[in-house]
Amino acid sequence: MIKKIPVEHIKDLLFELTKKELKVRYKNSYLGYLWSLLNPLALSLVFYLAFKVIMKVAIENYTLFIIAGLFPWQLFSNSVNASATCFIGNASLIKKTTFPKEMLVYGLISSELIHFLLSIPVIVFFLIIYGKYPTPAWLLGLPLIITAQFLMAAGFSLAVASANLFFRDLERLVGIFTTLLFYLTPIIYSMDIIPKEYHRLIMMNPLSPLILTYKGIFLEGVFDFRYFIYTFVWGVIVFFTGRAVYGKLNGQLAEAL
Amino acid sequence: MSEAAIRFEGVSKYYPLYHHMVRGFKSFLFNMPSAIREMRNSRFLALEGLSFEVKAGQSMGIIGKNGAGKSTILALIAGVMRPTRGRVEVAGRITSLLELGSGFHPDLTGKENIILNGVLLGLTRREVIKRMDGIIDFSGIEESIDQPVRTYSTGMQARLGFSIVAHMDPEILLIDEILSVGDIEFQGKCHRRILEFKEKGVTMVFVSHSMGSVRMVCDSAMWLDERTIRMIGEAEEVVSAYAGGA
Ligand SMILES: Nc1ncnc2c1ncn2[C@@H]1O[C@H](COP(=O)(O)OP(=O)(O)O)[C@@H](O)[C@H]1O
Ligand SMILES: [Mg+2]
Repeated sequence: MIKKIPVEHIKDLLFELTKKELKVRYKNSYLGYLWSLLNPLALSLVFYLAFKVIMKVAIENYTLFIIAGLFPWQLFSNSVNASATCFIGNASLIKKTTFPKEMLVYGLISSELIHFLLSIPVIVFFLIIYGKYPTPAWLLGLPLIITAQFLMAAGFSLAVASANLFFRDLERLVGIFTTLLFYLTPIIYSMDIIPKEYHRLIMMNPLSPLILTYKGIFLEGVFDFRYFIYTFVWGVIVFFTGRAVYGKLNGQLAEAL
Repeated sequence: MSEAAIRFEGVSKYYPLYHHMVRGFKSFLFNMPSAIREMRNSRFLALEGLSFEVKAGQSMGIIGKNGAGKSTILALIAGVMRPTRGRVEVAGRITSLLELGSGFHPDLTGKENIILNGVLLGLTRREVIKRMDGIIDFSGIEESIDQPVRTYSTGMQARLGFSIVAHMDPEILLIDEILSVGDIEFQGKCHRRILEFKEKGVTMVFVSHSMGSVRMVCDSAMWLDERTIRMIGEAEEVVSAYAGGA
């Protein structure tokens, strides 16, 4: 039943599924791209008002500080949340065709990834406003951390997409889970403003080293190799766990729909 | 030529029933032991002890009431499900005619959907693009091909869907009740194309409620009733028996 599928076809599947997601998202318009930036920017504004203006946190360049963590975070949380309906939404394809269904998930994440890449100029824009510039560390750091993040997002998403067929309200749990995780990740705060005894808790969250690596690159122009390795190891573990869940349920996808 | 392209040997298919889980995670957690027991035991018998074969190059029609198990047979042939008992053997590259619009994205144009669908059905991009003109031409909807599919009528979607499949090169073609949507002209075109496939030696399994189509297209037919084969044999005979005294 498992046939060998030529690499070219896999590549084309990924390309087409990614393109579909992007087209649907931007509705074939450049304005669509601007619209999709509006959501994280509005969110940043809210955090800026709440924490900088009202609560007066002592973090400099706070807008930039938030955006540098929020954009990569959204890559993760959008992927995982969208993956919940990824298989359910393609029920009839799953029941009738034999292409590898995990490609649906990879297409979804690739589209989020491209969206993230397209939003990097916004980060650069804010850097320049604050009198900073991209550094050579970006060239090495970004491709590496993005790879680690892809693995992590893919692992979570594969597991969620498959398991959601069997536990239909997983979808809602995932929404709650990512919201909680957001506050357990150093996005709107820095590690040095929280008490030492909570550091361990926060570092147990695989998203923490991920976001810290991004912040190092974007805010300080340095690539923290330790955080990266930590993220990468997590990414590999999460990816293979997610794939194992998918592999286990793969044969039953069609009958659960 | 007389080799079996599809062979079922004592095939039974149970569907597991996921009610309790679909009902909710909470109810599952709180009733864990009974829920797991229920999960093991609650299953639905959709097909029981089916044995038949379809020889390479032959077409078989499957007829029977809604819920008789026709789509389940196709899913077993396509390999997207496994039989609970028995063996399913299939020799050849399979193409399924998708349900109406199921592979289409409403916001993409007809052309974009052709490429997406073609790739999902197993062609490479290059192959689809090479066949693009033929597909558009066959569909007869050139004027709308650059419009989003959401603006298409049901019939136009059916045209597009069938045109894509008509330009694939299947060895085994699975068709599940779909051809009745287009207008008479297009139905005729579909039938001719299916007969062309037949001439080329494509094996077909054809689920339909249109006895006329089954008569025209199929060599043999199977009447499925209450999860088992009620009658199997020459298309003409099975169709008459079904139409006469179902
Ligand atoms: N995924 C599923 N889970 C549980 N039962 C199913 C599932 N799919 C189909 N069934 C049941 O199996 C029987 C046969 O379904 P199907 O093969 O779709 O029938 P047909 O195509 O002949 O109308 C029906 O009673 C249907 O309710
Ligand atoms: Mg059916």
